[in-house]
Amino acid sequence: MSDIQCVDLCRTFYQGDTAVTGLDHVSIDIKKGEFVCLVAPSGGGKTTLLNAIGGLDKPDAGEVWIAGKRIDNLGKSALAEMRLNNIGFVFQAYNLIPVLTARENIEFVMEVQGIPAADRHIRSAAILAEVGLEGLEDRRPAKMSGGQQQRVAVARAIVAEPEIVLADEPTANLDSSSAEQLMDLFVALNKKHNTTFVIATHDQRVMEYARRIVKMLDGRIDQDIPQVGR
Amino acid sequence: MPLNNITFRLAWRNLWRQPRRTLLTLGAMVFANTILVCMISLQFGMYGLMIDNTLSMLTGHLQVLAPGYKDDGKIRQSIDNAAALASVLRNDLNRSESNGLEHKDADGDDERVKISVRGKAFALASSEERSFGILVMGVLPEHEPQVSSIPGLIHRGRYLSSGTAQEVVIGSVLARNLQVDLNDEITFIGSGRDGSFAAAVISVVGIIQSGMTDLDRSIAQMPLHLFQETFTMGNGAHEIVIRAPDLSRVEETVNRVQQRLENDSGLKVYDWDQLEPGLKQSIQADLISAWFMYGVLITLVAFSVLNTVLMSVLERTREFGIVMALGLTPGRLGRLVMLETAIMGVLGLVSGILIGAALVGWGGIYGISFPGMDEMGKQFNLPARIYPELTVFQLTLGPSIVFAATLLASSWPALRLYWLEPVQAMRGA
Ligand SMILES: Nc1ncnc2c1ncn2[C@@H]1O[C@H](COP(=O)(O)OP(=O)(O)O)[C@@H](O)[C@H]1O
Ligand SMILES: [Mg+2]
Repeated sequence: MSDIQCVDLCRTFYQGDTAVTGLDHVSIDIKKGEFVCLVAPSGGGKTTLLNAIGGLDKPDAGEVWIAGKRIDNLGKSALAEMRLNNIGFVFQAYNLIPVLTARENIEFVMEVQGIPAADRHIRSAAILAEVGLEGLEDRRPAKMSGGQQQRVAVARAIVAEPEIVLADEPTANLDSSSAEQLMDLFVALNKKHNTTFVIATHDQRVMEYARRIVKMLDGRIDQDIPQVGR
Repeated sequence: MPLNNITFRLAWRNLWRQPRRTLLTLGAMVFANTILVCMISLQFGMYGLMIDNTLSMLTGHLQVLAPGYKDDGKIRQSIDNAAALASVLRNDLNRSESNGLEHKDADGDDERVKISVRGKAFALASSEERSFGILVMGVLPEHEPQVSSIPGLIHRGRYLSSGTAQEVVIGSVLARNLQVDLNDEITFIGSGRDGSFAAAVISVVGIIQSGMTDLDRSIAQMPLHLFQETFTMGNGAHEIVIRAPDLSRVEETVNRVQQRLENDSGLKVYDWDQLEPGLKQSIQADLISAWFMYGVLITLVAFSVLNTVLMSVLERTREFGIVMALGLTPGRLGRLVMLETAIMGVLGLVSGILIGAALVGWGGIYGISFPGMDEMGKQFNLPARIYPELTVFQLTLGPSIVFAATLLASSWPALRLYWLEPVQAMRGA
């Protein structure tokens, strides 16, 4: 069964009088448990596609289906609910709430999901251990390195065990070893929970982990390459 | 349990990201709340005094009058056998009250309903030198002090000694105008109930000084008996003046008096509001101008809150974009923003009430006077210092309105989050 299905997505942005193509008739099918890299040069449409999949932005035309439900015609609150329950987002950087500690950042999302406090404590402790952040639970983002912050963001994205994790250039601000650790973590989570990963990147190091590489150019899908043997 | 609640912690810490701004806004709130608590307590304290002083002068809390007397004031419109009726009422009301035995409540206040009787007639008062038109009252000297403060305002001489005495007390301005002093005689000339010529020559035993010039210029009181004789009233009189144990029990007393009167002659019972319509009107006028001022103050606080909340929301646009991407609905985000304001509002409410209560409590002990009170004081015979009381209503009224205005002010920035696009929000800043 398809986990993510995009049908003929189009998105055009207008900057003054000039039209900028974000997505140009993009169709893509991603199955449950896939580990996909969206690769394109800057401006190729990666973010626009991820935003459409996550319901953060509405395409001008086409359909988006998540776990069998059409989402491109949903309202704001319904989309927020859908993300809360089905999708974990990881952005390039600075996406933690600065006044909350690592643990609180993670528990906040669970609290919004309505998970009882006792459960939240157990699960946040477990997930922080899983991403290798024992001992840093009570630090605020400003007191952590970029790599550590990014792992908190990942922990937050996956703690509720979403179907899908969407990551937009997650390694862009990380040094090589942090980037490697993060990708190892993604792969491990993908194997353990069968979570679908869609990672937008133009980072060579990231592509090496992919089991399927989708290359985009000027808002179109250029190549769709399965990486045999991974 | 808020401390275990991350949303609450988030709101609390967000408040202190800009401590100076939050403290300034909070300061404005506390300031406004304190002022409101103090002013409202003073105001209500003053209204209480105004009502009490005005009513205790002559009016009492309620009166029984003959039909038509309130509007026409004709000497003919009298109550027959008034003193007897008054004493029946006095007995009835106070017997059924508490078995006629115990007349003190828990505070030791007198719980009895006080009743006296007056006859009233216009007459010409003349001394050897001059004549003035005045209002002559016939009173029951043994009961009048319980319903009126006039007997206590004798400046020189003494009050009427008994119901049968041949004597009169007059206002100080009248005494000066007539150029009479104690023991001098005054001639009263008027017309009796039956239209006949009425005249009496009575000597002055006391001079009243109420401080209210109008009253002091036109008042003369003599025993009811003498009044009835002079004005051919028979056993009639014009007012049965009644004082309830306190203002809050006027309505109840009106009802009880009305019940007792049911069989009698169509007599009418009026409460103080009907007897002194100007009193409530001037209180209302004062309330309106005060609330206009308070309204300005509250609006200023609300705008300062609005400004603070708008700024704090704008600064966090990017952050809001991220939490929306995580799955927070705009409604939930809006509630977070309102929660921040509510926390600030509660802090302002509690500190304002505490500081206000402390000030009012202090004023209750030492008394407060403020500019403008002199004027009001003259008009309503108020003391120069006022001792406000602490009541829950007066403490919470102003601050609650400020709190509501604060929440209202923050609802606009909160509502605006519905139009926030997460992608736009994350791109910006
Ligand atoms: N909100 C926007 N307004 C205007 N142009 C936009 C907007 N978002 C994206 N674009 C344009 O759409 C194209 C695709 O952008 P994007 O999806 O961000 O590419 P990528 O993530 O691959 O770098 C770019 O040319 C970009 O400038
Ligand atoms: Mg991008």
